[in-house]
Amino acid sequence: MSAATEIKTLIIDGKDVSARPDQTILDVARENGINIPTLCHLDGLSDVGACRLCLIEIKGQNRLLPACVARVEEGMEVTTTSERIARHRRTILELLFAERNHICAVCVANGNCELQALAQQLGLTHVRFPYRNPALAVDASHERFTCDHNRCILCTRCVRVCAEIEGAHVWDVEGRGADCKVITDLAQPWGDKNSSCTKCGKCVQVCPTGALYEKGKVGVEHPKRPDFLPYLNLMREAQ
Amino acid sequence: MSNSDLKTKLKLATVWLDGCSGCHMSFLDLDERILEIAEYVDLVYSPIVDAKIYPGEVDLALVEGAVASVDDELKIKKVRAHTKFLIAMGDCAVTANVPSMRNPIGPQAILKRAYLENASLQQQIPTIVVPKLLKVVRPIHEFVKVDLYLPGCPPSADTFYKTLKALIAGETPDISAMTRFGA
Repeated sequence: MSAATEIKTLIIDGKDVSARPDQTILDVARENGINIPTLCHLDGLSDVGACRLCLIEIKGQNRLLPACVARVEEGMEVTTTSERIARHRRTILELLFAERNHICAVCVANGNCELQALAQQLGLTHVRFPYRNPALAVDASHERFTCDHNRCILCTRCVRVCAEIEGAHVWDVEGRGADCKVITDLAQPWGDKNSSCTKCGKCVQVCPTGALYEKGKVGVEHPKRPDFLPYLNLMREAQ
Repeated sequence: MSNSDLKTKLKLATVWLDGCSGCHMSFLDLDERILEIAEYVDLVYSPIVDAKIYPGEVDLALVEGAVASVDDELKIKKVRAHTKFLIAMGDCAVTANVPSMRNPIGPQAILKRAYLENASLQQQIPTIVVPKLLKVVRPIHEFVKVDLYLPGCPPSADTFYKTLKALIAGETPDISAMTRFGA
């Protein structure tokens, strides 16, 4: 394959950039130092476009597109920040906060949470929508980890890391709409004696919020370390 | 201090709804900077001063706590009616925070726990004096218009200082640069 002929050129935020045809707009933007906020995307995992925070505008298209799954095209003109985009991103964050019980002050991930940090980064100081306050379970049956559905934003990073990287596919998603939730082993307790969980803890490390955490660790002592993923992939490719 | 100074001072009130008073404690952590703030404002109503009745005209009100009872609801409406600029102070006022953790189980479960299960003497749920709890605890902006949101549990003394100084100077403070949910 001749790489030189396969290069696509496009414009992101007024900047001329070049990309391989298989790259997403998010990839190319970040390569060029343009930051697009994300929650469900994680380097090293497949992309699902679940959180919609990476919405961007493409000239000539009325709809906003998620940058994490939108492929580059020759001559594209992409805008990553505008009043319209900012409004959508803030609204998405507000809906995430309103959907479940995100009580930052008493959350194990306080200070190490991507949702909390993004709210601050995007200037969100309050939520305009009424909080739903659903009654949700906490699964503490696992010997090492806890799953708190109150803090889950359904990014499905846990589902993907378990299936794609660990190869165990313990996690999955059940239900639709407001009833949607992550489950382990066809909705059995995570710590069930017949569980297919390998106890590797990858899901905990990639979880952006306090939904999955290590028992006995809170707040400042609980930074997540999702950066192992690109290294792991790199080492596997090298073999 | 001359009389003319007094007349030009902003009238400041602080209000305490369903919160732990931590926001007020953090406000007091301004320490000696309170003297500097006091050059520009007159504290006309607060849990830390003696006034019992909310004054007719208040320029600036800091409201701590969520709206959890019928009493809170009456108070916040009264405060709004007599206040030019209302600030939601801290996560309870802004998001309903910890008090809202009872929302999924309802007020009856809380009352039962506090007054029956955990009481060693006179087990009974109070029906007089103690205000009736609302079904769900909600942030104050679901009841009244809020002019500025100051998240944090609690917002730091620095956040209070910078915010008040900016407002006194007629500027708009950059809240997200100073504080966040759960800070």
